[in-house]
Amino acid sequence: MTALLEIRDLHASVGDKPILKGIDLTINTGEVHAIMGPNGSGKSTMSYVLAGRDGYEVTGGDILMNGESLLEMEPDERARAGMFLAFQYPVELPGVGGMSFLRAAVNALRIEAGEEEIDQLGFVKIVREKAKLLGISDDMLKRAVNVGFSGGEKKRYEILQMALLEPTMAVLDETDSGLDVDALRIVSEGVNLLRDPGRAMLVITHYQRLLNHIVPDYVHILADGRIRKSGGKELALEVEESGYAGVDDAA
Amino acid sequence: MAATTQTIEQVEQATGKYKYGFVTDIESDKAPKGLNEDIVRFISAKKDEPEWMLEWRLKAFRRWQTMTAPDWAKLDIPPIDYQDIHYYSAPKQAQKLKSLDEVDPELLATYEKLGIPLNEQKMLANVAVDAVFDSVSVATTFREELSKAGVIFCPISEAIRDYPELVQRYMGSVIPIGDNYFAALNSAVFTDGSFVYIPKGVRCPMELSTYFRINEQNTGQFERTLIIADDESYVSYLEGCTAPQRDENQLHAAVVELVAKTDAEIKYSTVQNWYPGDENGKGGIYNFVTKRGVCRGDRSKISWTQVETGSAITWKYPSCVLRGKDSVGEFYSVALTNNMQQADTGTKMIHIGEGSRSTIISKGISAGKSQNCYRGLVHMQPTAENARNFTQCDSLLIGDKCGAHTVPYIVSRNPSAKIEHEATTSRISEDQLFYCLQRGIGEEDAVSLIVNGFCKEVMKELPMEFAVEAQKLIGISLEGSVG
Repeated sequence: MTALLEIRDLHASVGDKPILKGIDLTINTGEVHAIMGPNGSGKSTMSYVLAGRDGYEVTGGDILMNGESLLEMEPDERARAGMFLAFQYPVELPGVGGMSFLRAAVNALRIEAGEEEIDQLGFVKIVREKAKLLGISDDMLKRAVNVGFSGGEKKRYEILQMALLEPTMAVLDETDSGLDVDALRIVSEGVNLLRDPGRAMLVITHYQRLLNHIVPDYVHILADGRIRKSGGKELALEVEESGYAGVDDAA
Repeated sequence: MAATTQTIEQVEQATGKYKYGFVTDIESDKAPKGLNEDIVRFISAKKDEPEWMLEWRLKAFRRWQTMTAPDWAKLDIPPIDYQDIHYYSAPKQAQKLKSLDEVDPELLATYEKLGIPLNEQKMLANVAVDAVFDSVSVATTFREELSKAGVIFCPISEAIRDYPELVQRYMGSVIPIGDNYFAALNSAVFTDGSFVYIPKGVRCPMELSTYFRINEQNTGQFERTLIIADDESYVSYLEGCTAPQRDENQLHAAVVELVAKTDAEIKYSTVQNWYPGDENGKGGIYNFVTKRGVCRGDRSKISWTQVETGSAITWKYPSCVLRGKDSVGEFYSVALTNNMQQADTGTKMIHIGEGSRSTIISKGISAGKSQNCYRGLVHMQPTAENARNFTQCDSLLIGDKCGAHTVPYIVSRNPSAKIEHEATTSRISEDQLFYCLQRGIGEEDAVSLIVNGFCKEVMKELPMEFAVEAQKLIGISLEGSVG
């Protein structure tokens, strides 16, 4: 069986600075992996490299999705191939209505798949249904994308987009940052609803607390651009108790 | 098919190149090239005009000869040979038209191609159209229905013959013949345009629209529009324009005058899409236009909304003279320049009346190697007790070879007047672009989405039929500006 995502000896730099120094990671469909690591370990770089952001240069290795290399693909092509990134800091788009934005994204997928574009009325219905599960109000849907949203609202909006786009590979970059306990619970519940045998997730986080809500199948510890240790969900607890330094020593 | 859907589809069919660049093969009746008193007489005779109109034209022509073209705008205008232009061109056809059936089918086909079906059954819902082809108005629709409401909507050449007292009273009352070089030129040689009169207490039952098309080579287009809204009346007027794709530059020097009396309101919207020239700056229309409205009566209101994506060079400042007490002037503008286009555009708000208010929202978008300048004047005269103005000028840059400039002039001669001015300049951020791309939206669609968001405050002022078209137009005009 071909793995959904296969990262092979991945090296990447930002500017002249090497950040990722040989990452190997295989994720199969249906699995939830967590990557934990201290600040500056390369966590966010990894999410941007997977999504193909400009300025994040792959200097060695490969990323395969369903056996095909992503490296030559533009960010929008990767997205349409099923790669989704929930942003740590979702970006404001002033004046761009939420509904038009969401519909443009869904229609881009549909066009790629050779399907008909979705009409406005049908779309509003679908969005409302999914939004309800995430506690997103109609008023929020009417506003411009991310403009004036609270931290929690922004994160919920990311999960709503994931629910609409139904990616096969979802990367969640520090989804817990800036959330209070209640917001964390709502967002996590949303994510858990989207766990699916046909979808894999890569949850990137600094803190163990998110993994109490979104329980991973595997945990990897990232430090200084390499995966130092991999294990089951109990590895996260180990980090909680002895800190990253302790885990890193063990590697 | 609903007219709106039809418009959308036609715009969608555009491939990114200027889609109105075709030429209609039609026989025309032209004046010889050049400009002198004989040409002015020729035009007047062709139009069967009364003596007073000819005298007015000649006075303007003599005035024009003593004037020089303005050079204060941030524009690089190559010298124009005014003797190398045809000042009159009309499609050849039977003298008088009684109905649309008598219009040359080639002409009707041209408007069809432009997305402006003149055939009344297929008309845009509730929009009356006056179509001006080169120098003459070829068709005006819904006239009968309008006349039942007492509304006059006809070519200005007809108004000169049929309503001389109205024309004599108002033409030149807002923009005098010697106002500026291009207005003087227009006053001497204007060939057609629309005339609108809304009687007292009448709310015009439909949107009025004029569609301007330059077809002939080496022809200038000099149309003149006059709209009078009598006491307590309302009218919404739309204007659209296109031209064939040609290597030479063509001159368009229009004059638009608006008069709003007590409690009257005029809403004037423009989607300007003259041929902008190619990516190297070859060809395109010189759009040198004088537009001004006067709020004569108390509580009268004039609102200009413009979406400018075309023309090689734009020199245009739709203005409001706020004479009436508590009168209101508004200016909403999107000016988009790409490739080698240049635009110097803005507005003037002249506050005379007590309690007069004005709002200016200007959105400039520059891409390619274009230069885009907002130039605006807010003038509070000593009589403008408690007058207010709010101005917001936002510029968006796409790429690193274009320019955005904001030149606000503010004069306040009344200490109780309030003036606010806000301005921003920004770029489409890499963050915003990446966010859209990550959602699977292609780069050009993403830019179009972000730019339309940037213009939203202005777009929402446009009537529905135009808003959809304008949105697509912005996407099309930006094609090739990224990547």
